[in-house]
Amino acid sequence: MLKDRDRVFTNIYGQGDIGLKGARRRGDWDKTKELIEKGRDWIIEEVKHSGLRGRGGAGFGTGMKWSFMPKKPGRRPHYLVVNADEGEPGTCKDREILRREPHKVVEGALLSAFAIGANTAYIYVRGEYCREAEALRRAIGEAHDAGLIGKDACGSGWQFDFHIHRGGGAYVCGEESGLLESLEGRKGQPRMKPPFPANIGLYGCPTTVNNVESITVVPTILRRGADWFAGLGRPNNTGTKLFCISGHVNNPCTVEDQMSIPLRELIDKHCGGVRGGWKNLKAVIPGGSSVPMIPKSVCDTVLMDFDSLKEAGAGLGTAAVIVMDQSTDVIRGIARLSRFYQHESCGQCTPCREGTGWMARMMARLAEGRASVEEIDLLEEVTRQVEGHTICALGDAAAWPIQGLIRHFRPEIEQRIADYQAAQSERAA
Amino acid sequence: MSGETGMPPTDFAFTSGNKKLAKAAVAKYPKGRQASAVMPLLFLAQRQSGGWLPTAAMEHVAGILDMPPIRVYEVATFYSMYNLGPVGKHHVQVCTNLSCWLMGSDEVADSCRKTLGVDFGETTEDGLFTLSEVECLGACVNAPMMQIGDDYFEDLDVTATEGILNVLKGGGTPKPGPQGAREGCEPAGGLTTLTEKPEAQGERSGEA
Repeated sequence: MLKDRDRVFTNIYGQGDIGLKGARRRGDWDKTKELIEKGRDWIIEEVKHSGLRGRGGAGFGTGMKWSFMPKKPGRRPHYLVVNADEGEPGTCKDREILRREPHKVVEGALLSAFAIGANTAYIYVRGEYCREAEALRRAIGEAHDAGLIGKDACGSGWQFDFHIHRGGGAYVCGEESGLLESLEGRKGQPRMKPPFPANIGLYGCPTTVNNVESITVVPTILRRGADWFAGLGRPNNTGTKLFCISGHVNNPCTVEDQMSIPLRELIDKHCGGVRGGWKNLKAVIPGGSSVPMIPKSVCDTVLMDFDSLKEAGAGLGTAAVIVMDQSTDVIRGIARLSRFYQHESCGQCTPCREGTGWMARMMARLAEGRASVEEIDLLEEVTRQVEGHTICALGDAAAWPIQGLIRHFRPEIEQRIADYQAAQSERAA
Repeated sequence: MSGETGMPPTDFAFTSGNKKLAKAAVAKYPKGRQASAVMPLLFLAQRQSGGWLPTAAMEHVAGILDMPPIRVYEVATFYSMYNLGPVGKHHVQVCTNLSCWLMGSDEVADSCRKTLGVDFGETTEDGLFTLSEVECLGACVNAPMMQIGDDYFEDLDVTATEGILNVLKGGGTPKPGPQGAREGCEPAGGLTTLTEKPEAQGERSGEA
């Protein structure tokens, strides 16, 4: 069981003062200068050694990503871009970080930017988060006035400017190259890769894009040591993690716990259990809307980490756990997600632009049962045609939930079709 | 708003206050990269125009940023937060995505329809409310929820939804945030973490 002293986000519920004084009392901005003085290489090595994997969904090693940046800035400046364009359905962790722990964000951005040789960082905050952006703006102002960032950040001699850029309500801007396009003042249509941002990113300059949770845990890792972070969770799945549990539990909440906590323990301990008891569980989407759902039989034993969920045919994603009890019409639920992906497709790649619409229409018919059984296979086939055939992962994200549904709930879809046909023939008779 | 003739305005210029804010927004980006400020400037223009973006406003922004107007139209039409037609004074945006739907967003949406007398995509006759269906707004553990203006209203049920809309109808200011007993995203049944005595690292300030 994770002790409170091993949690990174000690004000995630906003019980304490959100301002600089309160943040300092909780340990933020403590000897930041000394951390900077240990140098770029030390910071990158510590973060690598801690095993921190990106918290935005893909789970790529944060220290590894940083090491792709040029060792010495050349004529082109380096940029850090922090991704706070939270929009994956089910996910609401970055919101709490921004509004309750904004100083952790500012300090994390300073240390991360220093590690990659960037004097400027932009944080892309989803547009709807007005109050959250205000909280962050206040923290940036306080940090600036206190000399913690600016011309001579924390008296270290490092210049660091941190700017907020607000999004406009496009899910695809959460994809790092779509985000960079948007930051440059264009439609947020993802770029072809390579080149990767570490080579050609913002304004054609070397850029690292990190999720806000990833950079926010960095100061604590550096202060307490990589070994501390690496000692939590399982190898390759280390540290603590913010989980957002929504849907049919008694007490939906966002909570920080150890990586690799069993899903059942997470729900029972923090959420007061599944509504109607564990037996009443039907399925869980364990990592935000893009990952395939898992049925109760898998939920019984699966651990909440990258490897365990991957083995189960799902993924940790953003660690947004959407719980569905026996009363749930899972076909309609997935149909709703399909409509979401149709709405959010940027229209750039044909398989995604046409495929998301086709899949959404098909799912809407399946939810009614107005289809033939063969069309289930056709739908599955179409998801395979979309998956992996687009510039960004939105196509995959649209395909996977449907694949998960067919994999685990095919009999329910067939029953829906049979019921519809029976009702039709009854009406005809 | 569209004015008495019902025609969109043909000219637009930032107020002196907004001009200053626009300048500050442009200054955040490197020299020659002023196009990066197109989104913040469009937000300013939208706010000044009463919640939507007439073509004249987009063209004004294009002029300031030295961008071809078509590039600005592209941005304004790509992002869902820019309204291309007039909206009511209160823009009621109900999330119906999965987490909210599981927790009863259908009932919340029906309650909005009934209380306001309009459907999704419509504006009340008095111009006070526009009702919209939106995608996930990122407050899923406080589902179901809706956004009105800059504020989130969370942990909704039918009674709370009606109450909020009626307060707005009466010209008042409803309390934002979760409508039940909790303050934020903590479990409603009582804290399961952050309950230990403050220590060096995990110190939490009760006295702030």
